[in-house]
Amino acid sequence: MSSRKGRMRMFNANDAAVIIGAYEHPGRELPDKSLAQIHAEVAIGALADAGLTLDDVDGYFCGHDAPGYGGGWVTMAEYLGLRDLTYMDSTESGGASPIYHVSHAAAAIAAGKCSVALITLAGKPRTGIQPGGGGPARPEDDFETAIFTGAGLVSTYALAARRHMYEFGTTSEQLAEIKVAASKHASHNPNAFLQKVMTVEDVVNSPMVADPLHRADCCVVTDGGGAVVVVSREVARSLDRQPVRIMGQGESAKLTNGGKLDLTYTSAVWSGPRAFEQAGVTPQDVDYVSIYDSFTITVLEILEDLGFCAKGEGGRFVMDGTLVAPHGRLPFNTDGGGLSNNHPGHRGGITKTIEAVRQLRGEANQGVQIPDCEIALVHGNGGDLGTRMRSATMILGRDA
Amino acid sequence: MDVAAYAKLLPDITPRNKPFWDGCAAGELRLQKCADCGRYRFPDAPVCPECLSSSASWETASGAGTIWSWCTMHQKYFAAFADEVPYRLVYVRLAEGPLVISVLAEDSDDSAADSGGTSSKELRLDQPVHAVFRPRPGGRVIPQFSTGAAAGM
Ligand SMILES: [Zn+2]
Repeated sequence: MSSRKGRMRMFNANDAAVIIGAYEHPGRELPDKSLAQIHAEVAIGALADAGLTLDDVDGYFCGHDAPGYGGGWVTMAEYLGLRDLTYMDSTESGGASPIYHVSHAAAAIAAGKCSVALITLAGKPRTGIQPGGGGPARPEDDFETAIFTGAGLVSTYALAARRHMYEFGTTSEQLAEIKVAASKHASHNPNAFLQKVMTVEDVVNSPMVADPLHRADCCVVTDGGGAVVVVSREVARSLDRQPVRIMGQGESAKLTNGGKLDLTYTSAVWSGPRAFEQAGVTPQDVDYVSIYDSFTITVLEILEDLGFCAKGEGGRFVMDGTLVAPHGRLPFNTDGGGLSNNHPGHRGGITKTIEAVRQLRGEANQGVQIPDCEIALVHGNGGDLGTRMRSATMILGRDA
Repeated sequence: MDVAAYAKLLPDITPRNKPFWDGCAAGELRLQKCADCGRYRFPDAPVCPECLSSSASWETASGAGTIWSWCTMHQKYFAAFADEVPYRLVYVRLAEGPLVISVLAEDSDDSAADSGGTSSKELRLDQPVHAVFRPRPGGRVIPQFSTGAAAGM
């Protein structure tokens, strides 16, 4: 979309921190590596990208899916040999967790609690056992399993998709456009799990998983991980790497509310405006979006909820190559996203952040780099679109 | 159906939820109603999700609702349901307010299918349905939903 050159002002305390390192593990099937080992490899990768080492880290963030005692950062901090931590956080919000972590790291740095924050994520759902982030048993039965009838996560996304189709006339072919765009982007990514370009026909002719969602409407299941390093402006000035600004962020939750629930929108309707307001930009100013893509319907609803189009118009919005880089109106997930590239540990928040950093630094894969990419939006959807969810939105900017 | 695998997926019957399961066995949908704010809730819980009040009564609900959405599961995600695919799930908004996910009674009812019942038809969203009670393998009676004429209405 059109950029807003010259109109950006200096923002809030969030501008005290910048992203300085990012690294995505190249592996998609890692049977011989331990989960902790993948955390370590991505930690070293992101720190090396920044020109830093583990000895520089004083803030550490990971999810409850990290291996070890109690769920959270303790065991991984020990494994990584982090001896001088002054700030640690394992906010748990499903696949969106890493986006919360980047935002919380920026807030901690702005508050002077740490100056070099490391965020890691790793998972092995493809070749190993994927620990959940669930914690102890829930206090009450969930409404969707209380009379267990074979409903699982994918079915609730399918229920959301059918309701969206019913209310707004959205079609399977329109949802397929989202996968088509992702697959085109993945074809430029040598590490992508699925590299074949798909057509709308390929998507709608793929086997049904939970009607109306086909296999190609679903994200990939991959091993892997990624890490991001957030530092203070002062630390960034001492390094040679191009910083990425954290201009604004918003969080929100939409829970089952005892059954008062509407699946046709997500909590992005609240997290988005909070992030845009803090950043002082609008959807029209955004050049690139990393949108959580557990399923095609997830992307469609989030695009509407963030205000890139009106509610119900997502189906028409994604047609005609809107999402295709580099020249679509709103290129998305140029690494191929969770739909085609990588969804390590069923948690796409880290790869969403990493690809936005690549775009803003001009380091995306050849063929998908957006010319003059100045403002990127990263949005994570944690939990389940069809029942309870949490949202985190970040607006990132190219450093002047 | 793998009855042992299915049994593991069902909630245990406890003193708290026993009125619900007794209702199912008796062919009635019973819901808790908050004594303070009047909110009906499902599933059972010790406190009201609206006002956190701990006092509630068990009431016999109408069993009526509408299809908020539905889908057909093709993937074998649960061992217990591996030989059931494809099966349809309905997401029902009960007249009293709560949401329930269950199956369509006609889909597990051979006679309805044989006589050209709903199982061969497309479902409509916002279509009225009502709860019916069928024993599942292993003997637990669960509420399912039917698009047919409600008995006794
Ligand atoms: Zn109440």
